[in-house]
Amino acid sequence: MSDTPLQVKGQSRWRQAAQSDLFYSFKRSPVAVISAVVVLVLVLAAVFAPLIAPTNPFDPATLNLMNGFTPPMQPNAFTGQTFMFGTDDQGRDVFSTILYGMRISLFVGLAAVLFAMVLGITLGLISGYVGGWVETIIMRTADVQLTFPSILVAMLIFGVAKGVTPVEYRDQMAIWVLILAIGLSDWVQFARVVRGATLVEKNKEYVQAARLIGRRPGAIMLRHILPNVMSPVLVIATISLALAIIAEATLSFLGVGAPPTQPSLGTLIRIGQGFLFSGEWWILMFPALTLLLLALSVNLLGDWLRDALNPRLR
Amino acid sequence: MDTPVLSIRDLSVAIPTRHGVVRPVDGVSYDISAGEILGVVGESGAGKSMAGNAVIGLLTPPAHISKGEIWLNGRRIDQAKGEAMRRLRGKEIGMVFQDPLTSLNPLLSIGDQLTETMLTHLPISAAEARRRAVAALEEVGIPGAAERVNSYPHEFSGGMRQRVVIALALCCEPSLVIADEPTTALDVSVQAQIISLLKGLCRDRGTAVMLITHDMGVIAEATDRVAVMYAGRLAEIGAVQEVLTAPEHPYTHGLMASTPLASLGKGRLHQIPGAMPRLDAVPEGCAFHPRCPYATDQCRKPPAPIATDGRAACWHPLIDKPLVNQEGA
Amino acid sequence: MLAFIIRRVGQSLLVLLMVGLVAFSMFRFVGDPIDNMLGQERTAEDIDRLRAQLGLDQPFVVQYYKFLESAVQGNFGISYRQGRPVIDILLERAPATLELAAVSGFFAILFGIAFGVFTAIRRKGALANVIMSVSLIGVSLPTFLVGVLLIYLFSVELGWLPSFGRGDTVSLGAWSSGLFTESGLKALILPSITLGLYQMTLIMRLVRSEMLEVLRQDYIRFARARGLRDRVVNFRHALKNTLVPVVTVIGLQLGSIIAFAIITETVFQWPGAGLLFINAIQFVDIPVMAAYLMLISVMFVGINLLVDILYFFIDPRLRIERSGGH
Repeated sequence: MSDTPLQVKGQSRWRQAAQSDLFYSFKRSPVAVISAVVVLVLVLAAVFAPLIAPTNPFDPATLNLMNGFTPPMQPNAFTGQTFMFGTDDQGRDVFSTILYGMRISLFVGLAAVLFAMVLGITLGLISGYVGGWVETIIMRTADVQLTFPSILVAMLIFGVAKGVTPVEYRDQMAIWVLILAIGLSDWVQFARVVRGATLVEKNKEYVQAARLIGRRPGAIMLRHILPNVMSPVLVIATISLALAIIAEATLSFLGVGAPPTQPSLGTLIRIGQGFLFSGEWWILMFPALTLLLLALSVNLLGDWLRDALNPRLR
Repeated sequence: MDTPVLSIRDLSVAIPTRHGVVRPVDGVSYDISAGEILGVVGESGAGKSMAGNAVIGLLTPPAHISKGEIWLNGRRIDQAKGEAMRRLRGKEIGMVFQDPLTSLNPLLSIGDQLTETMLTHLPISAAEARRRAVAALEEVGIPGAAERVNSYPHEFSGGMRQRVVIALALCCEPSLVIADEPTTALDVSVQAQIISLLKGLCRDRGTAVMLITHDMGVIAEATDRVAVMYAGRLAEIGAVQEVLTAPEHPYTHGLMASTPLASLGKGRLHQIPGAMPRLDAVPEGCAFHPRCPYATDQCRKPPAPIATDGRAACWHPLIDKPLVNQEGA
Repeated sequence: MLAFIIRRVGQSLLVLLMVGLVAFSMFRFVGDPIDNMLGQERTAEDIDRLRAQLGLDQPFVVQYYKFLESAVQGNFGISYRQGRPVIDILLERAPATLELAAVSGFFAILFGIAFGVFTAIRRKGALANVIMSVSLIGVSLPTFLVGVLLIYLFSVELGWLPSFGRGDTVSLGAWSSGLFTESGLKALILPSITLGLYQMTLIMRLVRSEMLEVLRQDYIRFARARGLRDRVVNFRHALKNTLVPVVTVIGLQLGSIIAFAIITETVFQWPGAGLLFINAIQFVDIPVMAAYLMLISVMFVGINLLVDILYFFIDPRLRIERSGGH
């Protein structure tokens, strides 16, 4: 499975990556390269939003209500300011709201996947290593959860969590509840893969040796088994990220996600839809097109990645 | 019979590949008469199946007929396209494949598969087709045919399935049957039954048979004439008795001497040194010359020798050198 | 075969019980169960009676059992938001969702299979490539985005189709249908496309890959060697064998259509059970959430069970294996 150490000794990780088969097939696929570039641009834009955005749309001090409903690229009738993508009803620059919105989208997506990974890996390791009724319970629960579409599970978790949160804190907590909800709806696939791999590794000699020495199960799982099961996990994680971002957008659009005070792209689209018929199409269209671009590139990249890595996994 | 059922003349099949053009069939000619069973024998990769595929028009692109002619019952068919070729298949030419398990559609009853074939080609009613289907099953020796006709392929054993396949190949009374390794996937005990069934049915109907196999035992048992293929070319063709006991081509000679029976009492199994060349690296001149103990300069240069009925594809055929220690073919 | 059915039914019941447990926990511990069952208009006697009925002092298992008992009888409590019995509201809204799901599902399956077969048979054609590229987009886009963009194009810019609601409906007894009025049918178009698009692309890609696999098989080759017509080979042999695994997936998809209906209904403000569910979450209307959860699970589990049993009948090989052969 691993390359002969002698050959790549002395080469930096980047060098190794650049020379790997994966990178080669990446270079040869125009679709993969373009999507990767798009994703990179969007991610960088989101990360550096405070630097790039002309205004901070969520700082009330910078807002001027008179700027509201300005069409894109046209000077406002009252203040004379021009906005690239226009402004919404509160006078917020749409371009800035998109940048900040993407931050939320990406943050939630990443955090949710990390949460799902940690939870899934932990439960997978435990059920694989310990076995018995612990394994049965965990896996049965996983099966039941899998009968339902994950978006439904996320909605439900969000609803329940919202129900137990006191009203004053609901908006603030919304983002965290969202991460919890999406993460909890997604742990199963990680758990399954890790459990499968753990069952395989469990019987190998190095594990037996560690046991003989007397290491505690937790240590064995973490330091010995875990590194060996990470490879398939990472593949699933990348694809999960794409799905998490879309799930977040959907939930926010439905109103059970990021609130208007901390809007993600989905929330912006929801708000924008309300203004479609009164003619202020830009409040909807620009966030919508951004999400379209993001979703498409992330999916195409994920698709390519899945195809490229598959034969190797086998 | 005057006109042979099948006549292949100087047939070549070419497959363009990255490494150049590969010819699994290179200038092959032979005839098969009615009621005659011609064995086509050779190692894997020698091109014997390809010739059969070419005749029935089932070459998978980019493989195609690049040269030569195929005549069926006096009509030229190698240039027949689409619909014309489809009508020949099943009706004039029947085919039996190697693996009876995968040859039959698991979701259709064998009765359905028989009747659909007959209804496609014969102007008979569904009821008549049904009747004939049962009769066909009886003919190939399926017990309780009237009930089994509604069964599904997985309900039969391997040997029974191959019988069904034979029934399917013969149900429209073709004049030629191409049997491509019909016994290779079967148990040894069943192989003999299937061969004798095929032989009997075809003799009775006067069907011409192209029996493709790598098994010398099958050749000896079932065929009238045999064609030996090597690297896509015909090495030797003749009456089976003669080719097996007194082969003229050094390759055939080596093959015969390699059979365990021939090596009996000699201590070691005879081997032909070297291996058959890959089809993208066929030697110039005679394809066999690198491995031939009798090769001369003439053999190493083009043109390559051609086999005709009664004469091997060799500049120095081994005439009057019968094999010794033959236990009889 | 009977053993198989019994086993599957048993598994299904187990799943339902587990889901019921979750719903019960929501009902009992999130918010006040008394409020959940009685709503605002209630008397002290009602409260006492209910307390005894629910057995609030009794062990967990007993309460759970009583909850299930009520549920099976159709009593899911009173909606916080509307103050009416949940079951009434759900039944009112169900036809809208079911009609939408049925129409979308029908078109998704029809076009999915048709395009799948077409792109498999005409693998290299230009049209096939176009269809495949478009399908990739269909799979990548979130449903709500498709809906919103469709509204923008067809309602706002072109003004051809309505952007919300069901149009005029006709009452057939307890069922209100939008299929019989022009405005009802017009209102169905965009939501059906939105809901069905993802399903259609999924089915199409599945059918295509299965069929390509089937067309490589020996028995297809043998069918051609027997001179059977292309039409017969492609449809009688290949398609039939393709559909066997595809049927299971389609069956399972039907379940998820109901779930995705939530999104579509929200985009188009379609007055169905999905929109009801979303509103319930926004308002933390626990009784509605719990009821929806349980009804949905019954449906999912039921569909899974049906598909498994159906599979049994379609593939003759399974019949023999399960019953021990003869």
